Amino acid sequence: MTRITVTVDGASYTDEVEPRMLLVHYLREVLGKVGTVVGCDTSNCGACTVHLDGRSVKSCNMLAVQADGHEVTTIEGLSTNGELHPMQTAFHENHALQCGYCTPGMIMQAVDLLKENPNPSEEEIRVGLEGNLCRCTGYHNIVKAVAAAAGSSQRSDA
Amino acid sequence: MTAVDDRPTTSPEIGSARRRKEDQRLITGRTKWTDNIQLPGMLHLAMVRSPFAHAKIASIDTAEASAAPNVVRVFTGHDIADIQGVNITAWPISPDQKTPDHLPVPLERVSHTGEIVAVVVARSAAAARDAAELVDVDYEELPAILDLKEAANDAVLAHPDLGTNKSAFWQLDSAAQGSGGDVGEAIEKARQDGIVIEREYRQQRLIPAFMEPRSTVVDPTGEQVVMYSATQVPHILRFCIAATTGLPESKIRVIAPDVGGGFGGKLQSTPEEFATLAVARKLGKPCKYTETRSESMISAHHGRDQWQKLTLTAEKDGTVTGLKVDLMADLGAYAAIVGGGVPVLGAWMFNAIYKFPAYQFNCTTYYTNKTWVDAYRGAGRPEATFAIERLMDELAAEVGVDPLEIREKNWIKHDEFPFTSVAGMTYDSGNYEAATARAKELFGYDELRAEQKQRRESGDPVQLGIGVSTFTEMCGLAPSRVLGSLDYGAGGWESASIRMLATGTVEVITGASAHGQGHETAWSQIVADRLGVPFENVEVLHGDTQIAPKGMDTYGSRSLVVGGEALVRAADKVIEKAKKFAAHSLEASVDDIEFSAGQFTVRGTDKGVGISDLALAAFAAHDYPEDVEPSLDADATFDPVNFSFPHGTHLCAMEVDTETGATKMRKYVCVDDIGNIINPLIVEGQVHGGLVQGIAQALWEGAEYDEQGTLVSGSFVDYTLPTAADTISFVTDHTTSPATSNSLGTKGVGEAGTIASTPAVVNAIVDAVRDRGIDDIEMPCTPERVWKAIQSAGGRQGAGVTPTQQPHFDEGTPNQDPSAGTTDGAVQ
Repeated sequence: MTRITVTVDGASYTDEVEPRMLLVHYLREVLGKVGTVVGCDTSNCGACTVHLDGRSVKSCNMLAVQADGHEVTTIEGLSTNGELHPMQTAFHENHALQCGYCTPGMIMQAVDLLKENPNPSEEEIRVGLEGNLCRCTGYHNIVKAVAAAAGSSQRSDA
Repeated sequence: MTAVDDRPTTSPEIGSARRRKEDQRLITGRTKWTDNIQLPGMLHLAMVRSPFAHAKIASIDTAEASAAPNVVRVFTGHDIADIQGVNITAWPISPDQKTPDHLPVPLERVSHTGEIVAVVVARSAAAARDAAELVDVDYEELPAILDLKEAANDAVLAHPDLGTNKSAFWQLDSAAQGSGGDVGEAIEKARQDGIVIEREYRQQRLIPAFMEPRSTVVDPTGEQVVMYSATQVPHILRFCIAATTGLPESKIRVIAPDVGGGFGGKLQSTPEEFATLAVARKLGKPCKYTETRSESMISAHHGRDQWQKLTLTAEKDGTVTGLKVDLMADLGAYAAIVGGGVPVLGAWMFNAIYKFPAYQFNCTTYYTNKTWVDAYRGAGRPEATFAIERLMDELAAEVGVDPLEIREKNWIKHDEFPFTSVAGMTYDSGNYEAATARAKELFGYDELRAEQKQRRESGDPVQLGIGVSTFTEMCGLAPSRVLGSLDYGAGGWESASIRMLATGTVEVITGASAHGQGHETAWSQIVADRLGVPFENVEVLHGDTQIAPKGMDTYGSRSLVVGGEALVRAADKVIEKAKKFAAHSLEASVDDIEFSAGQFTVRGTDKGVGISDLALAAFAAHDYPEDVEPSLDADATFDPVNFSFPHGTHLCAMEVDTETGATKMRKYVCVDDIGNIINPLIVEGQVHGGLVQGIAQALWEGAEYDEQGTLVSGSFVDYTLPTAADTISFVTDHTTSPATSNSLGTKGVGEAGTIASTPAVVNAIVDAVRDRGIDDIEMPCTPERVWKAIQSAGGRQGAGVTPTQQPHFDEGTPNQDPSAGTTDGAVQ
């Protein structure tokens, strides 16, 4: 077992974990942060996407011990003082989710996408979300939501 | 007739693009997926699965696994044989259907790769997974039958004890049932003086690939055994458990908490659910099993998988005269819950919107040693729609007219509804002309045809193709009497209850079980309008057999069409009950009470009382009419008398790079007539998602097995779900001809996009290269397949190509294969 100290959604946690434990399992099983989910076992789906020190990572793709000393933000810590993050609002307003399983990862990735490129084209949004799979929405409204959150007027369909 | 019919026809909620109630939890991570559930003392399961497609289980040594750290016990099929039950099929399509026993954990023999042979129970999921590796199973490999066409020869048997791979044969013949002429005569006549189009199409095997892996938690510690499961069908699941495990139905509670997508893939009673139940009962402890994605790909049921032999006949002018369909359908290793019924659901849809005078549908189902096959979005109807819409394009090419022209020549005109099809279905409403006209306008049909012509004439290496799909489907499953006549094992009704709470809120209980569809929002809109209560005050409860004791669950675009009507009827009963309370309270005659927008008034006066006040009065019960019970609550069960028939016109433009075979979607327009719309936002979302699943069948997805029976597309690395970068934004619109089978006039939208889009895409690709003599490309139309089709058609690669169009093969450029640019030796 290895001792790690991780800040998750603003709170500091110290735990003994198995070195092989994935960050996503640490979040879900040890901390009860079940808003972050597992959708595959090959790091393709992105459902487990969180922020590590402000940048998106697939939390199935790193070990909990690698998060030692770092700051993790999950979907549960994205809103501040009860106010939804603009990306959460945009997903709601644009009906960018149906079953909602991919949504936490999709939102976390979309937030990072805009951080890197505040005013993306539709193509840039699509490429920026390529690592996150959704089976319900056909991506149409997700792309629309991200564009809306960016304040972008670039829409291909009227 | 009730007083509600007098209300204004414009409603504030129905038709409004309400943002979803469900979203708040889902966008903040406040979710209740089955895998999130933790119970005191809960144990975790890992499955030991067969690596062989077909093998005898000679022995299983569990000693080492049992001794591993934190392992509680290892179960084989023998250890749970007395209570494990069986995974049943609800629809034997013929009286003599051969159906192998499907034990959740087989005792003697495994029939497909991934079948469970042992269950390891441990204190953590990781410990269980580790120990699963230590279970030593001695298999005696048996010959496996993997190919559907070879299965028909019975040379190798999927289940040797059945003596054949053939499960059943099912036929619909229009002459025999009196709904049309003799197809044999039509073919004979067409061979002499008409057109005969004969094709064979492949419907590849698909994987539903819902995003939430399946998970089951069983808590046996109470008087009732509680099963939480990621299922679309909690009610059907409870029935299946009660029917086969010895547990009385009244002792089982099934809960579908938040469920992350299904698309038919969670319409099942699964070995995993049954094994978890059996183990939890044996141990008396809560148990959880959550599958990995790789397990999901190989053990959750697959979809499609057919060969379709088709004969379409027509007069020389393109007027259709007959259609004969011969299907071979692969059931995989077992007859699943709908099983052989899935291809049979296509029987009424091959004739589609066209006026065929003669029709015959033949379907033979076979077993193979592959993952079982069952409902996947559309279930039987996408397969049928693909075949007929591809054929109509072939007919148009044969006659030499535009694909839309051949369709218009043959479709049912808007003034011919209701129309009884050659298959015997009565389409109640529709307007194919209107949907098509609108789609053409949004698409810029004539402009794109002009561009196609220009590209063809200039020899552009990137050719443009336009694909058409004017589909219909049958939704609203299903009239119970029809299901009974087809030997389906259950009815197709739906149930609703409305509870008028004392403090003004309303609980709506529905037997439909949403898993992403937005029922909580749409149901609230319907009830808010009907009862005149605020949208926010309506709470929709579902997915728990204790809360919603009756239900037939969610699939087949049925929830709104059947369940929505049950809701309306329950609301009307509430209003009728409340009228007596209103008359009592207002000291008037019931006959003088009118109801509108939540208020009961006495005709001709300004006296009135609100429905919420009456709910409180009924709760207090201090002063109410003598002849009634003190309650406004009501239940309703609606059994439809007919299906609903959504339709639409989908137009797709595909660019095909004739040098590489790469395809690119340029534009996609669809105009769907799904009847009246409750929430346009939800409808649009359903269409988008459906489109991409159908497009994915055309372009990307396919479950592929190797010669050993191993699923090689067994993860998201190899089973290529489309990403945001692969897809485009769509143009969607609607025309409306209300359904007459329910009072809301709705038709269902869950499957429309998937059913319509696949042939639209393939038609577009074939259209782009048809001038090269190509009339089909097998799905998925990968660049390799498109390229090979172009090559083997003796295509004109390089024709008309100028250096500026193809700079990457400039002569004299270093490091180039001297044979680059030629196709010698590259053609297969």
